Amino acid sequence: MTWDWQFTFDLLPPLLVGVGYTVQATVLGYLLALAAGLAVALIRRLPGIGRGVFWVMEFIRSTPLLVQLFLAFYVLPDVGIVLSPMVTGVITLGIHYAAYTAEVYRSGIEGVPRGQWEASRALSLPRYRVWGAIVLPQAVRKVIPALGNYLIAMFKDTPLLFAITVPEMLSVAQRLGSQQFRYFEAMTMVGLFFVLVSVPSALLFRYLERRYAAV
Amino acid sequence: MQQSDGFEAMAPEAGTAGRPFINFDRVVKRYGDNVVLRELDFAVTAGERVTLIGPSGSGKTTILRLLMTLERVDGGVIWVDGEPLSHVYKDGRLMSAGEKHMRRIRRKIGMVFQQFNLFPNMSVRRNVTEAPVHALGLSRDEADQRAEELLDMVGLGEKIDQHPTQLSGGQQQRVAIARALAMRPEILLLDEVTSALDPELVSGVLDVLREIAENTDITMLCVTHEMQFAKDVSHRVLMFDHGQVVEEGTPERIFNDPREDRTRSFLKAVVEA
Repeated sequence: MTWDWQFTFDLLPPLLVGVGYTVQATVLGYLLALAAGLAVALIRRLPGIGRGVFWVMEFIRSTPLLVQLFLAFYVLPDVGIVLSPMVTGVITLGIHYAAYTAEVYRSGIEGVPRGQWEASRALSLPRYRVWGAIVLPQAVRKVIPALGNYLIAMFKDTPLLFAITVPEMLSVAQRLGSQQFRYFEAMTMVGLFFVLVSVPSALLFRYLERRYAAV
Repeated sequence: MQQSDGFEAMAPEAGTAGRPFINFDRVVKRYGDNVVLRELDFAVTAGERVTLIGPSGSGKTTILRLLMTLERVDGGVIWVDGEPLSHVYKDGRLMSAGEKHMRRIRRKIGMVFQQFNLFPNMSVRRNVTEAPVHALGLSRDEADQRAEELLDMVGLGEKIDQHPTQLSGGQQQRVAIARALAMRPEILLLDEVTSALDPELVSGVLDVLREIAENTDITMLCVTHEMQFAKDVSHRVLMFDHGQVVEEGTPERIFNDPREDRTRSFLKAVVEA
C-alpha cells in the first residue's frame, strides 16, 4: 500500500465541503448544548418538574447517541415533525450533550461557596442578580475546562451524523474511497483533520481556563 | 476620624433612641436534636451597640444569622422596628412570612461576615455598588458616589478599581464593611469580623468600626472575641451560654466584675488565649 499524493489532492476539495458540515454541526450543536444544559441545570433545581427533567436527562445519558439519531431521524417524521438531516443532527447532538453539560453546570453551581449566597441575601439582591451577576459567572468560570472537554467529545461524535445522511466529512471520505477502493488516503485525511482541530481547541480551552479560572 | 463625609452618606434613618428596636421573644432554634437557642428573650434599643460574648456553640452567631434571615426560627418571634421579622399577622394570628415580607424588613439590616464573602468576580467598586443599584434602585452615579465616600472612609479609596483577590484580608473586610454600609442599614451585624484575619491586620478593621460607632447612631450587634474592642464600642455586653443570656451589663461591669461563674471562667479563658 503506497500513499498516492495525486489522489490525496483530488480528495481535498470535496473533503473540505464535508468539513464545512462537520464544523457547522459541531458549533451549532455545542451552542445548543451550552444553552440547553444551563436551562436544564436551572430547571432541575425547581421542585416537582426538576425531578422529571432529571430522569429524562438520565435516560438520554444512558442511551447511545446513534440510537437517538435514528430515533429522531426516522420516527419524528412519523409524528409530523419533518426536519432536514442536518437540523435533526444538530438538535440531537445538542440535546444529547446538554445532558452532560447540565451536570457540569450543576457541579459548578454547587461549588459556589455558601457565603456568596448569604452575602447576596444580606444585601437584598434580587434573584436575577444573584444568579446573573454572582452565582453563574463564578460557576461557569470554574467549569470551563469540563465544558471544553465536551466540545471536543462532541466534535469527535459528529461522524455519527453520517448515519442520518448528513454529508459531513466522514461520509464524503467513505464515498470517495469506495469509488476506487482506496480508503487509506481518505481516512487518514479525516483523522488528520480531527487532530488539527481538536488539539488547538484543547489549547484554547486551557488558555481560557488560565485566564478566567483565577476567580 | 478625619473624613466625616463618609458618615453622612450612611447616617441611618433610625432616629428616636431608646425605643425597643430589636426584640427576641422566646426564640427557639434547633439544628436536628441540638437546641441552639432555648426560648431566648432579649431586646436592643435603637442606636444601641451590643456585644455578644460566650463560648463557641452558645448561639451568638445564630442570633445574627436569624436576624439576617439566613436561618428561620423554630419557635418564638423576632421583632424588628415593631414588625415581626419572619412572621406576618393573618386573621389576628402570627403566621410564617413569605420571602417578600422578609426582603422588606431585611433591608434595614446589614451584615459583615467572618469570611468577608466579597464577590470575587467583581471589582471593589461593583461589590459596593451592586446592591444599592439593584436592590435600592439608585442610579449608577449615585451608587458610585456613595461607594467612593465609603471606601475613602475605610481607607481604601485608591483600591476602588482593584479586585478583591488583590487585597489583603484586612482590606477585604474593610470593603465588606463599606459594602454593608452602602445599603444604609439601620442595624449592622458583625459576625466575628476579625477572626479570619492575621493578627497584624485586625486593628485596621477595628479602627474603622470604632469610627463608625463614634460617628453614627447605627444599631450594632457584634459577636467578637476582641474584648478591648467590645469595651471600647459597646453600650452593653451579653454573655451567652447554651442558648441563653447568662449575664448582661455595661462592658466595665461585665469585664471588671463578672458575677456568674460561667462568665468568669469564659473571660479567664479568653484572656489566656
